[in-house]
Amino acid sequence: MLETRDLELLEHIQRGLPVCSRPYLEIGLCCGMSETEVIERLTKLKQQGLIKRLGVIVKHRQLGYRANAMIVWNVPDQVIKQLGKEISHFSFVTLCYQRPKQPEWPYNLYCMIHGKDKATVLNQLEQLIEACHLNCFDKEILFSRQCFKQRGAIYQKPGPSLAHG
Amino acid sequence: MDEIDKKIINALQNGFPICDAPYQQVAGQLNLTEQELLARLTILLDNGTLTRFGPLYNAELMGGALTLAAVKAPHDRFDELTDIINSFPEVAHNYARNHELNMWFVLATDAPEQIAQTIMAIEQKTGLTVYNMPKIKEYFVNLKLEA
Repeated sequence: MLETRDLELLEHIQRGLPVCSRPYLEIGLCCGMSETEVIERLTKLKQQGLIKRLGVIVKHRQLGYRANAMIVWNVPDQVIKQLGKEISHFSFVTLCYQRPKQPEWPYNLYCMIHGKDKATVLNQLEQLIEACHLNCFDKEILFSRQCFKQRGAIYQKPGPSLAHG
Repeated sequence: MDEIDKKIINALQNGFPICDAPYQQVAGQLNLTEQELLARLTILLDNGTLTRFGPLYNAELMGGALTLAAVKAPHDRFDELTDIINSFPEVAHNYARNHELNMWFVLATDAPEQIAQTIMAIEQKTGLTVYNMPKIKEYFVNLKLEA
């Protein structure tokens, strides 16, 4: 369960860790905790999975990854779990989700491929299709044309309901 | 960005130690001095190569909610609809994609019930049907883009 002090800590570090010799000491100074308390709380939050990742968040376009495609498949329910696992192991696959089918939209398995250009992405998709035997399933490839907005999910100070939950 | 910068970015996408002197530990693994690592990271953050150096939270475990949604935006209204949709603070990402469903966005809210409310509000403001594709299962991906 999240404690109030965890929430204070999470709110404090969300915009980034200080770039200095003792970052956790500095964070502690700002929220009234010792360096040890910061380290213990962060370790616990990481183990619990509330912090999914700690590290750098890159701008993929800055690293030369100019193409990204979302590929959606219509696969039978019995095999979706196995296929999801196989697909997510490929290093060029950056996201993989199962989502519900919709009227007019029969796709339930989604993956994202980031590549330096469109040809590379299509080539990687071919590898994926061959390795996971995906050619018998209906799919659509949605390349992104433009990114209008990209921000991290900013965590906001909890209202009373969460603080008491 | 040189080879050393790339090495730093690749190493730090794998995670960051939680200990007294984490930069010193990372610097040691990369055969750099702590000063050099700190100086290079500062530049990479200042010039925008790195968006952020910090935590990525699990929104759902934090009590919040996420979903992927899409609309069929008519071409003659595309710019107007982009502005309307991006004006919602709940819209975290928004991409144009080459399909009849041509605008895809991620909604992030503080509480699960706000997802449906936001979708309704977007439908009212745009006059379009919003397709909601919440996740059923996420398959673990080792998210790393080789620099």
